[in-house]
Amino acid sequence: MISNPLETVREVVETSPTVSDSVAYTTCYMCACRCGIKVHLKDGKIRYIEGNKNHPVNKGVLCAKGSAGIMQHYSPARLSKPLKRVGPRGSGEFKEIEWEEALSTAAEWLGSVRNTDPRKLAFFTGRDQSQSLTGWWASQFGTPNHAAHGGFCSVNMAAAGLYTIGGSFWEFGEPDWEHTEYFMMFGVAEDHDSNPIKTGLGKIKTRGAKFVSVNPVKTGYSAIADEWVGIRPGTDGLFVMALMHELLKARRVDLDYLVRYTNAPWLVIQDPGAADHGLFARDADGAPLCFDKKAGALANAMTAEVAPALVGEHTLEDGRKAVPAFQLLYDRYTSDEYAPDAVAERCGLDADRIRRIAAELAHAAFEKEVVIDQPWTDWAGRRHEKMIGRPVAMHAMRGISAHSNGFHTCRALHLLQLLLGSIDAPGGFRYKPPFPRPVPPPLKPAGKANQITPGKPMGGPPLGFPTSPADLLIEADGTPRRIDKAYSWDAPVAAHGLMHMVIQNAWAGDPYPIDVLFMYMANMSWNSTMNSSGTMKMLTDKDPATGEYKIPKIIYSDAYASEMVAYADLILPDTTYLERWDCISLLDRPICDADGAADSIRQPVVKPDRDVRPFQDALIEIGVRLGLPGLTNEDGSAKYPGGYPDYLANHERAPGVGPLAGFRGADGTKEGKGEPNPDQLQRYVDNQCFWRHEFAPSERYFKHANKDYLEKAVSLGLIGAANPIIHQIYSEPLQTFRLAAEGHGDVVPPEHHRERVKTYFDPLPFWYAPFEGEMLGEELDKFPMHAITQRPAAMYHSWGSMNAWLRQIHGLNKLYMSRERAEELDIAEDDWVHVTSHHGRIKAQVKLMEGVNPDTVWTWNAIGKRKGTWALDPKAPEATKGFLLNHLISELLPPKGGGYRYANADPVTGQAAWYDLRVRIERAEADAPGTEAEPRFAPLPKPPGGKAGPDTLRYGAKISGEAAE
Amino acid sequence: MTSLPTKAPAKKLGLVIDLDICVGCHACAVNCKEWNSGGHSAPMTDWNAYSGSESADGEDAGAWGVWFNRIHTYEAGDGAESRTVHFPRSCLHCEEPACVTVCPTGASYKREEDGIVLVNPETCIGCKLCSWACPYGAREYDYTDGVMKKCTLCIDKIYNENLEEVDRVPACVSTCPVGARHFGDLGDADSAVSKLVSERGGYDLMPEMGYRPTNKYLPPRPRKNTAGATGAPTRLESLAAEAADAVPSGAEGNGFLAWVDAMLSR
Repeated sequence: MISNPLETVREVVETSPTVSDSVAYTTCYMCACRCGIKVHLKDGKIRYIEGNKNHPVNKGVLCAKGSAGIMQHYSPARLSKPLKRVGPRGSGEFKEIEWEEALSTAAEWLGSVRNTDPRKLAFFTGRDQSQSLTGWWASQFGTPNHAAHGGFCSVNMAAAGLYTIGGSFWEFGEPDWEHTEYFMMFGVAEDHDSNPIKTGLGKIKTRGAKFVSVNPVKTGYSAIADEWVGIRPGTDGLFVMALMHELLKARRVDLDYLVRYTNAPWLVIQDPGAADHGLFARDADGAPLCFDKKAGALANAMTAEVAPALVGEHTLEDGRKAVPAFQLLYDRYTSDEYAPDAVAERCGLDADRIRRIAAELAHAAFEKEVVIDQPWTDWAGRRHEKMIGRPVAMHAMRGISAHSNGFHTCRALHLLQLLLGSIDAPGGFRYKPPFPRPVPPPLKPAGKANQITPGKPMGGPPLGFPTSPADLLIEADGTPRRIDKAYSWDAPVAAHGLMHMVIQNAWAGDPYPIDVLFMYMANMSWNSTMNSSGTMKMLTDKDPATGEYKIPKIIYSDAYASEMVAYADLILPDTTYLERWDCISLLDRPICDADGAADSIRQPVVKPDRDVRPFQDALIEIGVRLGLPGLTNEDGSAKYPGGYPDYLANHERAPGVGPLAGFRGADGTKEGKGEPNPDQLQRYVDNQCFWRHEFAPSERYFKHANKDYLEKAVSLGLIGAANPIIHQIYSEPLQTFRLAAEGHGDVVPPEHHRERVKTYFDPLPFWYAPFEGEMLGEELDKFPMHAITQRPAAMYHSWGSMNAWLRQIHGLNKLYMSRERAEELDIAEDDWVHVTSHHGRIKAQVKLMEGVNPDTVWTWNAIGKRKGTWALDPKAPEATKGFLLNHLISELLPPKGGGYRYANADPVTGQAAWYDLRVRIERAEADAPGTEAEPRFAPLPKPPGGKAGPDTLRYGAKISGEAAE
Repeated sequence: MTSLPTKAPAKKLGLVIDLDICVGCHACAVNCKEWNSGGHSAPMTDWNAYSGSESADGEDAGAWGVWFNRIHTYEAGDGAESRTVHFPRSCLHCEEPACVTVCPTGASYKREEDGIVLVNPETCIGCKLCSWACPYGAREYDYTDGVMKKCTLCIDKIYNENLEEVDRVPACVSTCPVGARHFGDLGDADSAVSKLVSERGGYDLMPEMGYRPTNKYLPPRPRKNTAGATGAPTRLESLAAEAADAVPSGAEGNGFLAWVDAMLSR
């Protein structure tokens, strides 16, 4: 039959093709969100990655990054074999070596350090999701010089929360998306945390709750806010304190909540000059006192039967005076200093607007009370028929955290929520287990002189929570004992360490030189550092006397050809996230939700086609070679011969407590605590690679004071004892440092630190201008603009540039600025400008926008790449037009009197203050072909075995049955 | 030159996209790319996949490729009062698709069963007339294959009997983290998507063109950003006065002390 050429040829569409030969569940690692994924495999290749509908984190959805996992996995930038440096450091000249040589070299370098002076190992990991292993390994090794990247990222958030409410934003808690009526988000870019926030925003907007975003930049989330508050960077604390001012003045605060759940009634000794001034008055057993109005006498504030006074001056047994903490809070925030009119201009906001938002908060909290018909029992055993909540929820992230005033600002945010009575109340901020924990968690950092012995483990973990100067890691003369100066007078509450200072300090030999720098997933010679150009110099600088590198040996592990590779002497190539076992542990950064405790694993979904090993396997093997007691049997043989998966199932941190909380016990029926189960990983695999224990309805709110919850938390091993957790609006630990600065106690700061410690260890939050602007003094006029970075939803840090799909979305970054301000400066769209800080100058291309604070410029973080890295062509826009703001940020503050230079960091926690950056913008030139961003660096060669990716990519051609190229 | 179905399709399958909550995260675009890399129109070819090129006029091509769904972010208005809108754009599976009627070979066609507009790669000659005809820019030319490609509404997913029923929705819908994308039969007035459109005032994109798109967009809700929008007063002083009035008679001291002096129990 001859067909009619004009007749439509009907296509036969295959509507039910086979999707996959097999399906495997695992956990995403395209960012820090850790969603459950379902990976479809066909013909040995990855066909499709989708969200796991049953997973507690993402409930089936998956973001752009997660959906691009295929391209991450098959990226040409993957390293393929261990490498040994053969050219000068920084040249990128390597030769391939076998794993045996790599591991024995590492063990030899590290063994000699361990047996002589273990502190000469600085072991720092970046966006490591195995910190419960890496921290423990450091402790087994015997060095206190360990931390992950939290010092850059969020330690202000974490520490402020843990020292105030025993929990914190993001991983430690979440807004009550189901019930909140008013949601305020502060300084959140689109990456933290990725999917739950998006899902939650969709939910609350659909319910009709109000969403307020406080952020100098209006992108993704802020764009759908009912109200965008384009605040000036670093002034959020002023804004929050003005809100407290309004609420207190109008008496719209939840006094019942304050009395029941906070230390507001605790009596604070008022005896200026005394060694205990500003501490809590306590009874003979150490219990805090309140003034009981029923009895008209002092009473133990921890007893249930009292009716405590919140104000007034009370007389202690010794005749001295004391006032409730609430009185101090009231006096501070009702002062004119924090009135909306006094702060508005500095915040870049209208005072009426601040007053209106305060009124809206009060309205939502007190007029829209949420009542859940669910009886519960409080810590004292009293039954309550209903759960009554204040539907105001808050969330904050880097815009609060990355300022030198971030700790106090974040504490102020928690105080605001406590005044409204919303912490873990229905409609408010909710804890995710293992939080709440005691305030602060009862864990002290190890690293004192008597805790470190060559060849032995350290007597405790490297990171913890100091409660007084006695917990600091300092020498008798006050000098820091850690290489990053964490837990010293420079940064006493450095709960996440100061990764940003390690290279600077090691290079300067301040407080001492080190021998080996060992890093994992940390792009320290590029976007994961302040002062990137300076850092490259420090990594390659030699001691003129000896000709040796100032940082003698550098071991680095990464899966990809990042900028850091060229700066290491020994490279341990890691696998992709789809080729490994891994564990998202409750001992580390949990993936729980407010209604349940959960953890998860990664399992290898595909086999590596390169000579690479999971970093954790390599780390355990090195530990065995070093004879670390936790990793070896008495005869020196490996305790976990199966490597990391063996460790995950069989390691016990404390009796019955291991990396994974699910399917414990010989038969896999125990939760939280129980003897190791050799079959545990298979049980996880059978359960789609996660475990979750859902709390009973009576356990879900008021967790800090909920008897059923507290007892459940003890049984799961989340906390030690079922005692109520009292929110600390007034922080006594901070006051102990202030007293030391006044000369009290055995451990007092050296003279040059005193004024600083005294100023910033205020037991109540206060606002001060970010340091960089302050220190510029009269020079500030030369740097009128603020400069910050944002994270795009579709790209996580540097992890996306090797990804053929994601780099089509963000292939270069421009400097965004307000159209109005640009016009004043005679700058047009796409012009190139010089951006100058007190520390350096860069050249970047401008993009104009409306939704930005007019005094602020910003760019996407970590899109700019060094030529030759990440398997990108040197002509790739990332390498020609992309740029980093990091070059403008100094890791040190300008010298003060005496010449001492503090870290560019929060004075309480050491959090890197990279959002404090001040700049000026000057037009350089109009755009022309070939114009490139500055500074520029010599292109790096591809590492041995490195491939160039195909120019035309036809992924899937084979899968769909077509002939591949 | 290609005919539309002679009788109206039995169904009008399409998408409803909620511009009130779309955060512009690109999840739908990338998951679409991923699914369709192994799907009906595979591959989704990429060029300059790991490189980039700048043309003589300074236009930076960067990496580019075939995407069935692209997200655009616009600002409208000036300064702080401006609005930022994230706008996902893909084929609207029009009822009167000019991209089909201009097709000289019948490669572009609208299905009778469900109204989905598809391209038959076997008969597409790559003349690009359809991309000129489509006012929405929804067509994607694969320069390597020499054929036109476009959103298939995941035709190999929505009917796929190898998948659980709940998974038989387009990839962009199942992956959307905010829940801004809905899939269903817009020809059925009782379907969930049709109800959503009628409740929220869903609208056609560029109706004046007359192509009668099947996909609908839900407009942003009014923003609660002005005084009184949440029912709250504009400031709290008035409340303070009320609180003072509520002080129990006989209480001592000023209003503040009376307020905090209430017998509060732990």
